[in-house]
Amino acid sequence: MSKILININGKDYSAEPGKMVLDIAKENGIYIPTLCHYEGIKPQGSCRICTCKIDGRNMTACTTPASHRMVVETNTEELEKIRSTIVELLFAEGNHFCPACERSGNCELQALAYRYKMMVPQFPYIFPSKDLDAENPKILIDHNRCILCKRCIRRKKEPDNPSWFVFKGRGHTTQINVDHELIDKEFNDELAQKAMDTCPVGAIIRKEKGFDVPIGERKYDKNPIGSDIEKGVTL
Amino acid sequence: MDNKQSRNPEFSNNDNCTCECNDLDAILAKYNNDPTRLMDILIDVQMQCGCVSEKAVKVIAKAINYSSVDVVQTLSFYHFFSQTPTGKYTVYLNDSVVAEMMGRDEIAKTFEEEAGCKFGSVSEDGRIGLFNTSCIGMNDQEPSAIINQRVFTKLTTEKVKKIVRGMKNDYDTEDLIGTEVQSNILKQGPILTKDSNLGEAIKKAVTMSPEDVIEEIKQSNLRGRGGAGFPTAMKWRFCRNAEGEKHYVFCNADEGEPGTFKDRVILTDRPQLLFAGMTIAGYAIGSDEGILYLRYEYKYMEKFLEEVLSKLREEGLLGKDVAGEKGFNFDIRIQFGGGAYICGEESALLESAEGKRGEPRDRPPFPVVKGYLQQPTAVNNVETLCAVAKIMHKGAKWYRSLGTLESTGSKLISVSGDCEKPGVYEVEWGFTVNDILELVGAKNVQAVQVGGPSGNCIASNEFNRKLAYEDLSTGGSLIVIGNERDLLKDIVLNFTEFFIEESCGSCVPCRAMTVQYKNKLEKIIRGNGVADDIDQMLQWENVMKSNRCGLGHTAANPIISTIKNFRELYDAKINEDTDFVSEFDLEAAVAESCKTAGRVPNLGGE
Ligand SMILES: Cc1cc2nc3c(=O)[nH]c(=O)nc-3n(C[C@H](O)[C@H](O)[C@H](O)COP(=O)(O)O)c2cc1C
Ligand code: SF4
Ligand code: SF4
Ligand code: FES
Ligand code: FES
Repeated sequence: MSKILININGKDYSAEPGKMVLDIAKENGIYIPTLCHYEGIKPQGSCRICTCKIDGRNMTACTTPASHRMVVETNTEELEKIRSTIVELLFAEGNHFCPACERSGNCELQALAYRYKMMVPQFPYIFPSKDLDAENPKILIDHNRCILCKRCIRRKKEPDNPSWFVFKGRGHTTQINVDHELIDKEFNDELAQKAMDTCPVGAIIRKEKGFDVPIGERKYDKNPIGSDIEKGVTL
Repeated sequence: MDNKQSRNPEFSNNDNCTCECNDLDAILAKYNNDPTRLMDILIDVQMQCGCVSEKAVKVIAKAINYSSVDVVQTLSFYHFFSQTPTGKYTVYLNDSVVAEMMGRDEIAKTFEEEAGCKFGSVSEDGRIGLFNTSCIGMNDQEPSAIINQRVFTKLTTEKVKKIVRGMKNDYDTEDLIGTEVQSNILKQGPILTKDSNLGEAIKKAVTMSPEDVIEEIKQSNLRGRGGAGFPTAMKWRFCRNAEGEKHYVFCNADEGEPGTFKDRVILTDRPQLLFAGMTIAGYAIGSDEGILYLRYEYKYMEKFLEEVLSKLREEGLLGKDVAGEKGFNFDIRIQFGGGAYICGEESALLESAEGKRGEPRDRPPFPVVKGYLQQPTAVNNVETLCAVAKIMHKGAKWYRSLGTLESTGSKLISVSGDCEKPGVYEVEWGFTVNDILELVGAKNVQAVQVGGPSGNCIASNEFNRKLAYEDLSTGGSLIVIGNERDLLKDIVLNFTEFFIEESCGSCVPCRAMTVQYKNKLEKIIRGNGVADDIDQMLQWENVMKSNRCGLGHTAANPIISTIKNFRELYDAKINEDTDFVSEFDLEAAVAESCKTAGRVPNLGGE
């Protein structure tokens, strides 16, 4: 197929048609923050943090396929404000006690909070009362930290297979729900690790193993989120 | 208010369902163990057993090759499905704004006293369950409730006492008291005026080419009546041209916007017109299957509508070779929802019709390209499809002569609230709000909510505006709010809570910001607000615009539009001499512990 031309932040790039704006930006060293997106699984724009101005409208870069002569802005002040607000909303909505969390330093939410220099969210904390689900021998689900990104749900989704993870309820009472029977049967160490790695935060934690890498030496402790894509970012 | 607390029956994991669920196999067989018919399966089980028990979930999951949590995933999304028993008689009492205006609280209290249980629970003997629900499309005859799929309108404390007495004596639901849903068509226009022979419209269409039918609709300038105003002919052309194994016509009869009930009236009083419109749509886009997605609240119409469909089949206006046109086969089935406002959004509607949670899809692709079961699908509102049938019957030119240049034809408006004659009014586009207020006998009007909570709340300085796509656009409702109402507390707060309840929960701003809005609004209503609180709420709107669908885009409208149009109401509650008041309410926070300990709090101070 012939290539198309797409303009990102004032510069033209040639790209394959139909590829998502997010991926094209990434290939060209432009970082657009993401949370619900996970490389290799079908995107579903739910966190809204990758919102860009695409042809004048706010659209999510992870779900919008590129077309010829598309004009994209990724980092206006307005977009950055939307993103930092989303991060703040997530902190206020859940219970994130980062210093006590196994994911600290590897957590995408925490890393984004650093990127947006959040000290405390502009919103009052809701302090919802949420459960820990430790029923399964291999993994622990901490609803306090779940940001409902659906990555765990979508990673499994081969159409004909019964799900391990699903949503339950709706609106602000939505929760991740785990099929314990199925997971008890099917989960081994490798799958448990995979589930934990799929989660952007500390909501899925593998049991029997933890703090392998000490806090302080983890992924985002060393390099800020996005620095592998965009050049010249420092903490 | 105690009786406002709980909407949904608790979802618990313990299996306290005592029924045997004997008919499960029959129900599953009826739908061929088809997972895309999960909604129908759940509806049948819920109606049969009064709940979908843990046991039933397991059986269903096994039959359709889902895991149990997959079934719960759909089940837990919908308001009218429950995992625990909801009572032999299940009462769903409307708690929307107009119900409150018409004295719902008194009715709720009587229900609680008579039934001996609180709203959100089932009586100890399992006989009566009391639950709240969002607008049930009966705003012209509130307070109303749905009891075992039947609608009881204009409730009084006497009626409630009689109803509960009947329940205690095991009466059939239809014998509790006489039920009557009134149509209240108070002004007929071109759509509602009855024509002698509707078959003509279909016959005329099938003698034309499908392209010409689309062209005729284009000439009429018809735009969607479901709210967004998308040109109908353009939608059909996209759909017709999209490739797929099969094309589908959907009629959107979810009508969940509080205050809207005009589709209900079409469905009960002019169903032939609607089905003719669906059939013409089918012919135009090249489809042989139409699906009427009907909100669960309208379950009481099922039998009647099925009869109408049967009759159309007998008359040769549905089924094989429709209206004598060889090779044009088209039939219609009814798909019920399960109680979720978001399922009115067209892509959520399709997800729901496929047996899933009603979460809107990412666009592109649009439903016209990849809709129901990933096939090209045209979704249209009830009223739009009725207009289609009329246009086919009387011609585009006639239709264009009605209304304004940009908004041709007429509009059905559901009017309710503080007025003498609530009901359905069909007016030509271009009518002003004032014209309508006069028609309905509304005096001492403080505000008019145009287009429901997702629309606009306007003050008297805008009552001279015209209802038209180019001026005041509306999906079809006006709620009249009298001078004596506390706008912020009685209306804006209720609407904001509505959106919190009805958000699908997918997008972060829609799910979480709505809660922040509510908390902020309550802070202001309590008298703890400062000027900065108002500014913040205005600024947050931009973030709401980044949500995926129209619900999230408009969920802040009740607050935003009243800040813009009724600023003085907010300013009057603001503390001017300080820029900070804590949101934290110490007294409320310690209330429970104080009660437990039996002590009076010492909160410092004097
Ligand atoms: C939250 C939400 C609720 C909606 N509810 C309805 C509804 O109840 N009925 C309806 O016809 N359209 C509703 N819509 C609009 C539909 O998405 C869609 O635009 C419409 O059905 C298209 O039909 P039309 O072109 O004939 O207007 C809703 C949209 C949103 C965002
Ligand atoms: S458990 Fe993790 S991956 Fe799953 S929805 Fe929650 S945050 Fe996302
Ligand atoms: S805007 Fe709200 S209702 Fe719409 S998809 Fe997002 S979360 Fe769901
Ligand atoms: S990363 Fe695109 S919406 Fe979440
Ligand atoms: S550090 Fe714990 S959730 Fe992110």
